[in-house]
Amino acid sequence: MNEFQERKVKLKWHEPKKTYDVIIIGGGGHGLATAYFLATRHNITNVAVIERKYIGGGNSGRNTTIIRADYGIPEAMKFYGRSVDLYYELEKETDRWLMFKPKGMLRLMHSEANLTSSIKRAHVNSEWGHQTDILSAPEVARMVPELDMSGGGKYPVIGGFLHHEGATARHDRVNWALAEGANRLGAHIHQRTEVQDLIMSEDGSKVKGVRTNKGDMYADQVLCAVGGHVTKVTSMAGLRMPIRTHPLQAFVTNHYERNFDPIVASLTLHFYVSQTARGEMLMGAHVDRQPAYNYRAGYDFLQHCAHHAMTMLPFMRKLRVLRQWTGLCDMSPDASPILGLTPVDGFHISTGWGTWGFKAIPASGESLAATIATGQQAELIQPFGLDRFAKDRTMGDLGSTGTH
Amino acid sequence: MSMQITCPFCGDRPLQEFAYGEVYDIPESITDPDERNLDRAFFYNNVEGVQREAWFHSYGCRRWIYIQRDTIDDRIVKHE
Ligand SMILES: Cc1cc2nc3c(=O)[nH]c(=O)nc-3n(C[C@H](O)[C@H](O)[C@H](O)COP(=O)(O)OP(=O)(O)OC[C@H]3O[C@@H](n4cnc5c(N)ncnc54)[C@H](O)[C@@H]3O)c2cc1C
Ligand SMILES: [Zn+2]
Repeated sequence: MNEFQERKVKLKWHEPKKTYDVIIIGGGGHGLATAYFLATRHNITNVAVIERKYIGGGNSGRNTTIIRADYGIPEAMKFYGRSVDLYYELEKETDRWLMFKPKGMLRLMHSEANLTSSIKRAHVNSEWGHQTDILSAPEVARMVPELDMSGGGKYPVIGGFLHHEGATARHDRVNWALAEGANRLGAHIHQRTEVQDLIMSEDGSKVKGVRTNKGDMYADQVLCAVGGHVTKVTSMAGLRMPIRTHPLQAFVTNHYERNFDPIVASLTLHFYVSQTARGEMLMGAHVDRQPAYNYRAGYDFLQHCAHHAMTMLPFMRKLRVLRQWTGLCDMSPDASPILGLTPVDGFHISTGWGTWGFKAIPASGESLAATIATGQQAELIQPFGLDRFAKDRTMGDLGSTGTH
Repeated sequence: MSMQITCPFCGDRPLQEFAYGEVYDIPESITDPDERNLDRAFFYNNVEGVQREAWFHSYGCRRWIYIQRDTIDDRIVKHE
C-alpha cells in the first residue's frame, strides 16, 4: 500500500508482539480472509498477518477479478458456489463498497466438442443451483453485438454458455475490507515483514512460530498463505508441495466508451475479457509454459492475446494497451486448491490457488478459520487436503479453471 | 518474455521455438520406493533460483538440450 492508500484504508498499525494465538504468513486475500473469519466467527483476535511487502501486493491485487461457480466436479461446485454466495453478501458483511458487479459470464462455443462439454456442464451447474444456460448463436449475437460471429472466418460462434452468477469486484477493495474487518476486532497486520524461517519443535513435528526481519514471533497455529512462494515457506517446515509456480500475465486497454456487460471468454481461443468500472477492457489468457518467479511482462503474450481478442471483438483494434503486469501462480497438478491441515502439528496451508483463487477468497477464509479454530478440517474443504495425493484422491478439474 | 536459448546445433534461437521439459530430481532423503513414486508423480522442487531443465527444440533440430536457468530472472546461467 502506498502512503495515499494507507491513509484511505482505516488500518491500525502495531509493533509486533512476542506471541500470538495464530500467525498468518502472507497478506493476500486468503490470509486476510482467514484473519477476518477468525475474528468475526470465532472470536479469535490475537492474530498477526505477516506480509513481506504490502497487503494485496501479490496475486490478490494482480488478478482479473472474475467470480463464478461454473466448475466441473461436485466438490468444487459446492466450494466455489459457497464462495460466490459469500461474495454476493460481502459488501453488506464488511460494510464496504467493493464495486461488486454481477454481469454474467458468457463462454463462446466454436465447435461441436465445445457444445457437448458445455451442455453437460450447464446441466450439472444448474442442478447445483448455479443457473447456467446454453444460448443459440443469434442469442449470443444479441447479447454482445460487438462480436464477429464468424470469428474472423476461422472461429465461428455456434452458441454460448451463460453462467448467470458471473461477477467481478475491485480486488484491492476486497483485500482492504477484509483487512479492516479483522484489524478492527484486534488482529495485527505487519507489512514489510518477511518470514525468513519457521521456529519448529525439536523433533520438527510441530510449528512454534516464525523468524522475521522484525524479530521472532511465537504461535501454536501458523497458516502459510504466500501465493507463488509456497514451496520456499513450506520447506521451512520440512514439507514438500505438489506446486509449480508459473507467471500469469494480464493487461488492460484504455476505455471503451460503451457498456460491455457480460464477461466474455472463448472456449477455444483461451482468452477472456471484461470491462472494468473505468471502462477499460481487461484481458487475460494462459500462464507462461516454464515455471518461474519472474514478474516481467512480455510482448509475446500481448501479441498472442490481443490477436485472439481482436479476432472475436474487432472493435478492440482501436483500443490502446495501457498497462500489462504479471503475477506468480501456485499451480497444483489437479487444478484444485490444497487446504488446511498438514502432517506438521499446528501448520496449515492455503495453496494451489493457481490462476483461479480470487473467487475463492471468502469461502477459503471461512473454512480455514473454522479449521484453525477447531483443529478439524472443515467439511467444505475435506476433499481438498494435502493428503489426497498420497491417497490417490486427486480432484482433477482442469477444464474448469481456465485462467480466471 | 523474449528469451533466447542457445541450441548447440542451431545457435541462438527464440524461446518460442522450444518446448519446456522438466528434469525430475527426487531428493535422496526419500528412500521408500512408494514414497519415491509418489514424489515423482506429484511433488516438485519448484526451485526459486537456478535449476537444471530440458528444452525440446520442436521448431528446429528436434533434439533435447539441457540448460541451467535462474527462475527468478529467467537468466540462462549455463548451456550444457
Ligand atoms: C494475472 C492474474 C489473473 C487472475 N485472474 C483471476 C480471476 O479472474 N479470478 C480468480 O478467481 N482468480 C484469478 N487469479 C488468481 C488469484 O489472483 C489468486 O489465486 C489469489 O489472489 C491468491 O491469493 P493468495 O492470498 O493465496 O496469494 P497472494 O495474493 O499472492 O498473497 C500472498 C502474499 O504472501 C506474501 N509473501 C510471500 N512470501 C512471504 C514471506 N516469506 N513472508 C511474508 N509474506 C510473504 C506475498 O508478498 C503476497 O502478498 C489471477 C491471477 C493472476 C496472476
Ligand atoms: Zn536446435
